[in-house]
Amino acid sequence: MTTHHFPEGQDLERFIKRRRQKGVFWRSLFLLATTLGVIILMVLLLSIIDDSLGYAAVQYKIEPHDLVVDFYQAIVLDASNARTFDDADALARALAQTPAAVGLLEEDVFLAHADALRALAVEDGGLTGVVVAVSQQNDWAQSMRSGEMMTLFTIAETWADVRPGWPNTPIQRYLPPADSPLLTSFIAQTYGDDPAQQPVEALLAMLAQQLSPGALRQLMAEKPLAQRTQAEVLDILEERVLQPTILETWSLSQSLFHKDEIEKAMAAMPAAALEFRHWVTWDFITSPQSSKPELAGVRTAIIGSLWVVLITLLFSVPVGIGAAIYLEEYGSGSRLDQFIENNINNLAGVPSIIYGMLGLAVFVRALEPLTSGSLFGLADPTTANGRTILAAGLTLGLLILPIIIINAREAIRAVPRALREASYGLGATRWQTIWHHVLPNAIPGILTGSILAISRAFGETAPLVVVGASTAIFMDPSGPFSKFTTLPIQIYQWTSRPQAAFQNLAAAAIIVLLALLLALNAVAVILRNKYQRSY
Amino acid sequence: MQTMNSSSISASLRKQRRWGETIIQALLFLFAALSILTTLGIILVLFSQAFRFFARPEVTFLAFLTDSTWQPQIGRFGIFVLVNATFLTSIIAMLVALPVGMAIAIYLSEYASPRVRSILKPVLEILAGIPTVVYGYFALTFMTPILQRIFGRDVVEIFNVASAGIVIGILILPLITSMAEDALSAVPKSLREAAYGLGATKLETALKVVTPAAMSGLSAAFIVAISRAIGETMIVAIASGAGPRNFNSWSEAFHNLAIFNPFKAAETMTGHIVRISGGDISYESIDYDSLFAIGLTLFFITFLLNIISRRIVARFREVY
Repeated sequence: MTTHHFPEGQDLERFIKRRRQKGVFWRSLFLLATTLGVIILMVLLLSIIDDSLGYAAVQYKIEPHDLVVDFYQAIVLDASNARTFDDADALARALAQTPAAVGLLEEDVFLAHADALRALAVEDGGLTGVVVAVSQQNDWAQSMRSGEMMTLFTIAETWADVRPGWPNTPIQRYLPPADSPLLTSFIAQTYGDDPAQQPVEALLAMLAQQLSPGALRQLMAEKPLAQRTQAEVLDILEERVLQPTILETWSLSQSLFHKDEIEKAMAAMPAAALEFRHWVTWDFITSPQSSKPELAGVRTAIIGSLWVVLITLLFSVPVGIGAAIYLEEYGSGSRLDQFIENNINNLAGVPSIIYGMLGLAVFVRALEPLTSGSLFGLADPTTANGRTILAAGLTLGLLILPIIIINAREAIRAVPRALREASYGLGATRWQTIWHHVLPNAIPGILTGSILAISRAFGETAPLVVVGASTAIFMDPSGPFSKFTTLPIQIYQWTSRPQAAFQNLAAAAIIVLLALLLALNAVAVILRNKYQRSY
Repeated sequence: MQTMNSSSISASLRKQRRWGETIIQALLFLFAALSILTTLGIILVLFSQAFRFFARPEVTFLAFLTDSTWQPQIGRFGIFVLVNATFLTSIIAMLVALPVGMAIAIYLSEYASPRVRSILKPVLEILAGIPTVVYGYFALTFMTPILQRIFGRDVVEIFNVASAGIVIGILILPLITSMAEDALSAVPKSLREAAYGLGATKLETALKVVTPAAMSGLSAAFIVAISRAIGETMIVAIASGAGPRNFNSWSEAFHNLAIFNPFKAAETMTGHIVRISGGDISYESIDYDSLFAIGLTLFFITFLLNIISRRIVARFREVY
């Protein structure tokens, strides 16, 4: 037998010091672990944001700049009394001799003839690189507003049309040749070169020019062009005329720190332009699904998610609360009640995909007349099977039912017995006690728990894929018997596609999903704090 | 005031049948019993469809358990490769989550100041509330490139078990942390005080007194976490591969331990179910039935874990 001597003196001091050091070492290790947790969360969020912004190499069938400029150039060149001069000096000389004329010149050409010409100033704005000039013999026009400038070159016939009070002589327009840099620069600066900033009338005119008559008729049949907003016409223009194709995308960190790589890649794609793209835009949220990443949006998915969660709510919250009330208030602790309790605890641990398989076999197949709506005569003609929002909602309802029950039971349990006893003492029946006293006091806790369960259902993907979310759905769901897709499923599908643009779309959709969940959870936290009561 | 004679008073005080109450009670009982229906439904559906699968002539139960490949096109249905992938990801997940989770739990329950706690608890709640599809995206777009940078592009495939496993670990981290912290906090202060009174340091108390005392709760946390990891679907569906890691023979499988290589793709049970049901599938095909056989296996595994966890909790439970 070996005797173990407790250290003494110097040994004791060293022994204690070593133990202390070990304590400090491990404590910092534990602290490191906690910071790891925070770091992981931040890395996760940052990487998602990183993918939702960045440069994209976009190739257009027709460049937006070209579309607008060509459109206005045609109008300008077609205006009354418009003449083009190949030689700038000739233009300047002709201009000097005609008081009723206005012309476009480069700055150095203007300066060469400055003694005979006068430059028109633009009152609200300015032109760079191009001078709008009139003859010195023109004694009425000194400056004009940009709106007047626009009419000067297009629809105005006489100088009086431009500004009342000016002479009634017809305007002579002396212009540089078509497609000259001078002319296009002037048009871009005066009329704009971005379709997004054009008025709807101009957009409609561009659309009419570019689309075939048949396509135009079809558009007008869907909805009269006059009723469409500028945003709608812009969308149509982008989809049918401009036809952008994204060739390559880069994340934010790549865009900021690896510009040389991007430039090298761009050199290999001469037809593409580099644009900085925000992937989370209002357009993204309100556009329907599309197979082209440039035009895709999450509207269909959001509406689908909301419908499914609504059905889930309507089914599982009443049933869950009812079951909890039974188990807490009416339960007698009998074998059956214990069995039910064990059962619920088991169900809470079953993987969600198995609920999906249950939903597939029961709601989609066995109960198909109910879930497809054919029982009620409301079947969606495009669906004709049980893979509907109703089936999805019921499946998710079963999934979160155990959670709601467990949570509601705790909330009901937290209501003090004294309340119940007092109610019974006044002669109330059991249900009256529950309905008028127990439930109102338990509702805040039940509500918070239900909201958290609902936000879990919102983020569920696997069971709904098994139940049969649609992969290609372009129309918004219209009711419980429609085909559906949900936001998490959309994210899953986009993440699984190889093209770079779909990754950015997935990141943007994730941001939308997280924002919605944040809102839900914020409501739960506010409710919890507001109704926090201690007895 | 109405005069009431004794007979009318006793009549009104006698226990009355209130039909409303009985109906309500029956209705609430039905709601509670719905949960039994759910379990029955799960068992019925899984068993009956799996039975249809095993009743097919191409399928034998022995081959289901012992074949080294899962290839429905050639009629070979060996579940081992799928189960193996599931366990690989879960083990990697636990290797990540258990140490970190326990460390955080010990720090939270033994060392943390209220300020640290007020930062950490919300962070963990947020991590717990993030949908799994987001974690899947993270695994594919962030974790895999990092692994490729560390271990080399030729070692780590784009779809691999390791990044899915690590991210599942991140997923179950809040679960382990909160359950472990609950278990550790439930240990009464008196035990700690006694240890301090005997001259133990905080570390020694935490590791040698508190942790063993909380063992039942900690084991429950461990098993719940591993059960969650096994049942996880979206992370593996996105990041760990679109096909089972099949081998033509067992010798090929264990050659260089190829079957356990974490850097190559391998589809898990759950990932396979999701991929097949997401595509076009006919209800009468053997593929459809095979899904339920996989589902049944999954259900068995998690059910077994649940029972084990209950047994362990009951066995180690300390009543203070």
